[in-house]
Amino acid sequence: MRFLSTLLLGLLIATSSAFAIAPDEILNDPALEARARGLSANLRCMVCQNQSIDDSDAPLAKDLRVLVRERLVAGDSDDEVITYLVDRYGEFVLLKPRFGGHTLILWASAPVVLLAGAIGIFMAVRRRKQMTSDPVASVPLSDAEKARLDSLLKSENS
Amino acid sequence: MIVELGHFALVLAFVLSLILSVVPVWGALKEDEKMMSVASPVTVSMFFLVLISFAALTVAYLNSDFSVENVWQNSHSAKPLIYKITGVWGNHEGSLLLWVLILVFFGALVAIFGGNLPAPLRSATLGVQGWVSAGFLLFLLATSNPFNRIPNPPIEGNDLNPILQDIGLAIHPPLLYVGYVGFSITFSFAVAALLLGRIDAAWARWVRPWTLLAWAFLTLGISMGSYWAYYELGWGGWWFWDPVENASFMPWLAGTALLHSAIVMEKREALKIWTVLLAIFTFSLSLLGTFLVRSGVLTSVHAFATDPARGTFILVLLCIFIGGSLSLYAWRAPLLKQGGLFAPISREGSLVLNNLFLTAACAAVLVGTLYPLALEALTGEKISVGAPFFNLTFGPLMIPLLMAVPFGPVLAWKRGDLLAATQRLYAAFGVAILLVLFTFWLWGMERVLAPLGVGLSVWVMVGAIVEIVTRVKLFEVGLVRGFSRLKGLPGSAWGTAIAHFGIGVTALGIVTATAFQDEKVLTMAPGDTVSVSGYEITFDGIAPRQGPNYREDVGHFVIRQDGIVIAELDPSKRLYTARQMPTTEAGIHTIGFSQIYLSLGEPRDGASIDVRVYFKPLITLIWIGSLIMAVGAVFSIADRRLRVGAPKPAARRQAIPDATPAE
Repeated sequence: MRFLSTLLLGLLIATSSAFAIAPDEILNDPALEARARGLSANLRCMVCQNQSIDDSDAPLAKDLRVLVRERLVAGDSDDEVITYLVDRYGEFVLLKPRFGGHTLILWASAPVVLLAGAIGIFMAVRRRKQMTSDPVASVPLSDAEKARLDSLLKSENS
Repeated sequence: MIVELGHFALVLAFVLSLILSVVPVWGALKEDEKMMSVASPVTVSMFFLVLISFAALTVAYLNSDFSVENVWQNSHSAKPLIYKITGVWGNHEGSLLLWVLILVFFGALVAIFGGNLPAPLRSATLGVQGWVSAGFLLFLLATSNPFNRIPNPPIEGNDLNPILQDIGLAIHPPLLYVGYVGFSITFSFAVAALLLGRIDAAWARWVRPWTLLAWAFLTLGISMGSYWAYYELGWGGWWFWDPVENASFMPWLAGTALLHSAIVMEKREALKIWTVLLAIFTFSLSLLGTFLVRSGVLTSVHAFATDPARGTFILVLLCIFIGGSLSLYAWRAPLLKQGGLFAPISREGSLVLNNLFLTAACAAVLVGTLYPLALEALTGEKISVGAPFFNLTFGPLMIPLLMAVPFGPVLAWKRGDLLAATQRLYAAFGVAILLVLFTFWLWGMERVLAPLGVGLSVWVMVGAIVEIVTRVKLFEVGLVRGFSRLKGLPGSAWGTAIAHFGIGVTALGIVTATAFQDEKVLTMAPGDTVSVSGYEITFDGIAPRQGPNYREDVGHFVIRQDGIVIAELDPSKRLYTARQMPTTEAGIHTIGFSQIYLSLGEPRDGASIDVRVYFKPLITLIWIGSLIMAVGAVFSIADRRLRVGAPKPAARRQAIPDATPAE
């Protein structure tokens, strides 16, 4: 559906179909490579529209992929690699923004809506219960009504 | 001449939309028969005028009339015929014209098939539809006129973006737009009901088929777009949490919630106020999506600021429609009477739960999509919100929702028995556990979450089957009577079960294709063989080929299993000459529900080339599941109760299905 974005955005952005990671970039150590792939999926190709460096074939994405691998080979931890990139490129490079004052609303929105909705429903149910605890509802059925109810239930169950 | 005719028809349609906006609504409020009777003919005429306009633009494309600016920018004389037609909506102006065409088409459908609606409701609904049409026709004419001429026409056009030169463009946008715009009818119904201050179960019964129709098309549109991206983009992804995708996904989430709350309203007259609000929200999100993709605000806040005409116009439209309808809601909703009561553990309760989670999920997507734009506009700080964020916030909301899906339909209305419902679902639970164990056995203990995901999907699927079996009491009445009862089940019961089954199928595809995919990235020389998930893939070589408006290098691959050739694939790299734009055509071979996916990368020395090979287990289930969901919607639309509209006493006796004691 990214085409839709090209279709709709006036075809300005380089969304040329991608062939991202190249064989010569791949590290020999499978464990390191797996970490590199994991990190790449969370890093943004900053000249692309919402693509990770793992998905993009832009030259910048390639540079970043190589850079991530260089840092890993040099012995950096995942966090150190991310800190290194954020220091250089800013938080824009992270596809999953850090939790903080500036992203509080972003991270909190879904849980808050869920919680507020649950509380709202709870309150509504309680209010309705109080409203309807009037005597009319608790009058027992008369015999004639019971007989009618039974016949209705029977006919429906048949 | 034809082009000018199309332009003129569009202007005329705008004038009619102004009449439609005022006269029937006024008539509905004053109960004036004459004024109300204006609505239907005007709506139908508008449809034909916009159709003429659309046809005129199509003719300009077919004739490669490059004196029309829009055709010159987006077409080429050598382009294959089908892309000349689909190219009509492969650009801003044309796709907006399609949007408006579908908008007035839906209006015309209500005018033609709405005979059993009360006259005031029908006129007011069409009137509100007229407001929306007027806004968008004015937008087209004022800022995005597709019929602009160029004084000195060029000889050749600029061609259509090559990525769009695909059968996907013929299918995906129209489906998506029918879904998007279809929700306008629900919106118009809701606003009309607020205007008239009257809303009842009959209202929900009229609204539900329209919602279902729009929802089915939106489901198909999103799913088609996903498959298109998957095979065209060349890296095997099928969902990117791209803002443009989110723009279509948000109305889907809200529409799904609406679909469920409308059931409660129809059956039990409860949740009225919420249903009306959801109807407004759903179309508002469609409008928001239109704004996001049309204004250019997604590219960057600055792009919006440098060419603000279109963006500002839609933003104003957006504020008028959303702000206006919500104000009307705040003013009139308290007039609506509360409906039936229900205990928390009941069919209604489960549908409320569904709405709660879908709303929260929709909020997560909405905030995630808009937050970076808002933050940059307010503070200048740039952040990215991408797939990892959505997977983390949206994903967890789906787990409890899917777990609850099988419970809903087996619970009774008003007051359900959770224990009894659980007992009915023992079978589903058992099958799900078995599948979890099987997956562990097959793939080992390395991944814990994936087998659980498989179990959850299977739980939903088997739960849907259990629902049908329970409804006909298959094990109590025996097979023969059971089958006759199957036929007696109402369409909506089938619809629910089928759609829920589809959700499970899609979920299964997502889990397996994500968790168990096998990927190889390597450089291959002719004669090299690579193995993925037990399939041997041999590269034979690469050869150039000339297409109608592109050149391509085609690689030839042979797939073997146990030494036997099972398929040959020809993925290619194309260069579209008019725009000098490269694309990748993936080679895909389907085995059962799984696929082998091959795409070419950069050429290396000699005849070698970079290749990316995937085995994607059960990936097609993602799209098959969505097809099943749409089929479910069709079953539900076909339900007699929805077709008969307001049942008269005689019709009502017929309409009561015989095999639904739960109702």
